[in-house]
Amino acid sequence: MSAILNDETKKVLITPLVNDNPITLQVLGICSALAVTSQMSTSLIMALALTLVTACSSAAISAIRNHIPSSIRIIVQMTIIASLVIVVDQILKAFAYDVSKQLSVFVGLIITNCIVMGRAEGYAMKNPPLESFMDGIGNGLGYSLILVIVAFFREILGSGKLLGIEVFKLVKDGGWYDPNGLMLLPPSAFFIIGLIIWGMRQWKPSQAEKVEFKIMSIAHGEGGHH
Amino acid sequence: MPKCTQMEKLNAKLEQYEQYRQFIIYKDKILALGNDSLEKTIAIAVALCLVCAVLVSFAAVALKPLQVGNKAADMKKNILEVAGLLEEGANINKEFSDKIEAKIVDLETGEYVESVNADEYDQRKAAKDPAQSVAIPKDKDIAHIRVKAKYAKVFLVKENGAIKSIILPINGYGLWSTLYGFLSLDADGQTVQSINFYDQQETPGLGGEVVNPKWRALWKGKKVYAETDQPSLEKGLITEADIGEPALSLIKGSVDPTKAGSQYQVDGLAGATLTSTGVTNLVRYWTSDEGFAPYLKKVRSVKEVKS
Repeated sequence: MSAILNDETKKVLITPLVNDNPITLQVLGICSALAVTSQMSTSLIMALALTLVTACSSAAISAIRNHIPSSIRIIVQMTIIASLVIVVDQILKAFAYDVSKQLSVFVGLIITNCIVMGRAEGYAMKNPPLESFMDGIGNGLGYSLILVIVAFFREILGSGKLLGIEVFKLVKDGGWYDPNGLMLLPPSAFFIIGLIIWGMRQWKPSQAEKVEFKIMSIAHGEGGHH
Repeated sequence: MPKCTQMEKLNAKLEQYEQYRQFIIYKDKILALGNDSLEKTIAIAVALCLVCAVLVSFAAVALKPLQVGNKAADMKKNILEVAGLLEEGANINKEFSDKIEAKIVDLETGEYVESVNADEYDQRKAAKDPAQSVAIPKDKDIAHIRVKAKYAKVFLVKENGAIKSIILPINGYGLWSTLYGFLSLDADGQTVQSINFYDQQETPGLGGEVVNPKWRALWKGKKVYAETDQPSLEKGLITEADIGEPALSLIKGSVDPTKAGSQYQVDGLAGATLTSTGVTNLVRYWTSDEGFAPYLKKVRSVKEVKS
């Protein structure tokens, strides 16, 4: 591996997983993370689609980065991203019809996923295609990781299944597990992602944002704390 | 003569080459321009649009046959499923064409329409086409679908020439989405064989349980139309029905089979009152005079004449 991948490629591939995760650190791409995570299977397909789109759009944008007029920069990126998303959507409809039915509009909404735009604008505009491609893969995997963790908890606690296979036998089927209905609703993903972010920042305090301002205490007047 | 055509060919080639050369020169000139010049901005925008348009149209056109096939196969699978004919690993296309016959029904008169090709007719598309659909009066629109196609596509399962099941397309609004599905009735047009929903976006685990096979099995043997007056059934979400009116409804909680009228009741979906109400409404709508009641009456009378 190390012979093929230089340090930069390795860095862009691995840091988005934990140290610079797009969801937990940058808090991007939350919308789809709420919508598609009630089942593992949809999350996996969504993660795969987003990773592919991010990687390919980053590579394509990076390849023409020296010729993109700055006045139409964003719209050029959007056009490339949107075209790739439509292609992915068409491919899903042709080869994974059932999953595409479940994902419905959310594949199309990858276009507006902040991670894709963020990587195009933040990395691909300044770096060569191969590194940009790897950066897209890395960030896609970072997103996938969180998506799969959230979907794991939502599916197992919400319907007692994993990837559609029964793990906990439900009360209504004569088993012991009474499923938590909240886990099937989008807000539960908020709680789980919140807990993950909290856990990450406890584990790596450097990820916590600096306090931008402190509330002054009245008793000490000006100057804040000493 | 042959010499002449050869010259022409050569000339054409030369011209092509010349055009290509011009293009290359223009491309180099554009690429050498400053990124913010107007000409380059426009050239890049046009070139990018062209490339993306070709990519998208290629994907759409090349994959279209597969997508259409998927959609058709999915629909056939659902119809076979609701008819109780779906077997694991069977060839869906063959099973479908062997066992199921599609018919077009005029909803108003309940008569079969022979002038429309049943295989090509798409009821969902027709409902969106003003020429092929009718608006539903507000007070009758209990399923909240606003328009319906004039012609409906029903499916018949026949055995030795006699109808074994009648499969009716149904749709109506639940909590989040319009549910699309099929209701399969016995030849008497009264006893439910099965129901399924192939397109719905209800809450997974709550309203989304309309696809749960265990819940759907509860529908078997239920009666659609009231055989005696059903003035007020207990615990019902929607209760009243005169003789011959659609009576089938979902109730809160479980059905008590010992109580009178239980043959018109199905367990409601736990935690999904609005979806349950939606399902009751759409079943009642499509079995009412607005829906398939005229057709089902005809089917019954034909059967009586024959026997």
